[in-house]
Amino acid sequence: MREFFERLGLMAEKAVVTTGQIIIMLFQAVYYLFLPPFKFRNMFKQMEFVGVRSLFVVVLTGSFTGMVLAMQGYNALKRFGAESLVGPTVALSMARELGPVLTGLMVTGRAGSAMATELGTMRVTEQIDALYTMAINPVKYLVTPRIVAGVLMLPVLAIITDFVGVLGGYFVGVKLLGINPGVYIGRTIDFVSVNDIFYGLTKSAVFGLIITLISSFQGYHASGGAEGVGRAATSAVVLSCVLILVSDYFLTSIMF
Amino acid sequence: MIEIRELKKSFNGKVVLDGVNLDIKRGEISVIIGRSGEGKSVLIKHIIGLLKPDSGRILLDGKDITTMSEKEFREVLKRFGMLFQGAALFDSMTVEENVGFALREHTDLPDSTIRKIVKEKLKRVGLEGVESMMPADLSGGMKKRVGLARAIAMDPEIVLFDEPTTGLDPIMSDSIADLMLDTQRALKTTYVVITHDINLTYKIADMVAMLHQGRIIEKGTVEEMKANPNPILRQFLEGRAEGPIKVF
Ligand SMILES: Nc1ncnc2c1ncn2[C@@H]1O[C@H](COP(=O)(O)OP(=O)(O)OP(=O)(O)O)[C@@H](O)[C@H]1O
Ligand SMILES: [Mg+2]
Repeated sequence: MREFFERLGLMAEKAVVTTGQIIIMLFQAVYYLFLPPFKFRNMFKQMEFVGVRSLFVVVLTGSFTGMVLAMQGYNALKRFGAESLVGPTVALSMARELGPVLTGLMVTGRAGSAMATELGTMRVTEQIDALYTMAINPVKYLVTPRIVAGVLMLPVLAIITDFVGVLGGYFVGVKLLGINPGVYIGRTIDFVSVNDIFYGLTKSAVFGLIITLISSFQGYHASGGAEGVGRAATSAVVLSCVLILVSDYFLTSIMF
Repeated sequence: MIEIRELKKSFNGKVVLDGVNLDIKRGEISVIIGRSGEGKSVLIKHIIGLLKPDSGRILLDGKDITTMSEKEFREVLKRFGMLFQGAALFDSMTVEENVGFALREHTDLPDSTIRKIVKEKLKRVGLEGVESMMPADLSGGMKKRVGLARAIAMDPEIVLFDEPTTGLDPIMSDSIADLMLDTQRALKTTYVVITHDINLTYKIADMVAMLHQGRIIEKGTVEEMKANPNPILRQFLEGRAEGPIKVF
């Protein structure tokens, strides 16, 4: 029994310490963002890595999700004779919720794990130490550009997800299920406001921060050879996904 | 130029450095020898600020580097170069980008000049035409050479070497030793070398110090060390399993 509580206490202590370290890393990364010299090359490289190279998965998941939403929405709304609302249902779900969350989860799987692996490998092979000895601040050089890329690129990806989701929904609703195209589009425009989109983009910027910060942190503090790098990648993905879903709830309740 | 005073460091209650005292002279090659796991890497990481001591001081030209601000220390770091145990080349960059990295980050030299310097440094470590190769495609010996070229790219005053010859065949080891002598003699750089390679030590050292159980137990020139009767030192230099150091 005592052992159990001791272990619980240790775990809680570790969680608090880790949270503190993550927040410190965030402050450092932001501080170095505004501290010259400014090197944009790394930032563009990371933006390409997070943004451009996630495009394919994001388009794929976005369009199929839009299609499924249209189908499920049609099935449910038909019962009230409200088939004409399939358009706004798809668009609102995508813009407010699924666009940001899906991109967040997909980018975590693709870019988050890769970031943790890359930084973890650099840590265990002393490349991060080498940066430091060459008078380069490793947080400024490695973490800052990744976080900037995440915060800027996730909203872009989310917009694209929203867009292809709506396209997919249109395809299923209009072409397959026979809803009148004028009604479909008209209703969508009636019900969806710019606020809905803006709100989804705010969420995705937060998710971008979570993914890149957590993944960088896990990689940066990896230890114990190849196995340790693998562990860092796994915990980066798990922790990012959990935090995305938890913060999604709180962001939604704030911006409800 | 570097004075280490009563340096102590423990990890999770395990004492690794237990009051190290050592003077490193300008323009010399100082070699610190000791068994695997005795804390040689830990010691060298203190000299370059990668680790902070629990207590004790490290003076560089009379100034304590362990208590410097980060900004101040960054300027100090520009006087140092380091070759890591595993070379620690940036594996997302070519050989050329690795060697030219600090020049590109810290100077405004035009790219053509940097390329010329990189070429010259690579030539000095006996490598030509490897600029566009990736570190993953290099042999262990080549990695160490590229690592050495990168360490001396900014013409540092002090270069630290963590086991420059470990994992290399005897011929390659000897050629690394020659390269170290060449590069050091040319500019009268201060080299601090950490190793358990006795041949390397005999070949290059101006001063040898032995680290044992967290302290420097003996130091002197190669001749003095060869003549030193300390049984622990004798056992290490002669590479015997039996003696005062118990392996098991
Ligand atoms: N960051 C660290 N955290 C905990 N323990 C450490 C750390 N760094 C080193 N140690 C411990 O300090 C001791 C000395 O390690 P060090 O790497 O300095 O040995 P070494 O003399 O360089 O050996 P080798 O010749 O094998 O490289 C080891 O027992 C190691 O486990
Ligand atoms: Mg070592």
